[in-house]
Amino acid sequence: MANKQPTRAGKDYVRTVPNTWWLKKKTYALFMVRELTCIFVGGYALFLLALVSRAGDEAAFEALLRTPLLIALQIIALPMVLYHSITWINLTPKVMVVFRGEDKVSPALIAGVNYVAWAVVSGVILWIACCKG
Amino acid sequence: MAKSNEPIWWSMFSAGGVMSAFFVPALIVITAIAVPAGWISAEGLRELVQHPITRIFLFVVIALSLFHWAHRFKFAMEDLGLKQLGRFLDIFCYGSAIVITIIAAAKLVTL
Repeated sequence: MANKQPTRAGKDYVRTVPNTWWLKKKTYALFMVRELTCIFVGGYALFLLALVSRAGDEAAFEALLRTPLLIALQIIALPMVLYHSITWINLTPKVMVVFRGEDKVSPALIAGVNYVAWAVVSGVILWIACCKG
Repeated sequence: MAKSNEPIWWSMFSAGGVMSAFFVPALIVITAIAVPAGWISAEGLRELVQHPITRIFLFVVIALSLFHWAHRFKFAMEDLGLKQLGRFLDIFCYGSAIVITIIAAAKLVTL
């Protein structure tokens, strides 16, 4: 019984990590929050689908938009989706490295361009909804 | 190297990440704030939704958001210790994204 060493079976060796690993550090917790924003993105997609499915029925369409529980869920979703947008845009300089000649375009400029594009796109959507809707 | 579907799922995740990051906050402002507050009429929004271009736009947002969810949710669940679910987690995530996308396409075409 002296030989109680853990065995390493090549590729099958899995280092066990407690499931609460993400609570150990603030950066880990923020990472998990970022990953879980996808629940709100997916949930809102389901809401949009339910909404467009009712586009043929005036009363049902308006009733869905005025359901208090759904409004509350969307108000919770809004900061989560904003966190997704911000973390996503902040990663763009890492994902797409742009060169101008020999020089790397600064990460702040790449993220900045994305923030401006986000603002313009949001403005256009709100303008269409306000003026054409 | 073993063949993997990973690049396909990752591309869909990434495209959905961009679409949802740029479009969903403004859409939530419309549906959760502007319409209930009466700044935009529900009837006007309903007419806008019936426009073919709006329908195509909403289909792309809905479908890619679902695939974004599927990929990120799968890995988040694995990170939270559900890795032993293996194939079931894959089928649940990517499968529901595929099924709901087909439903969305059918709904938006027959609107």
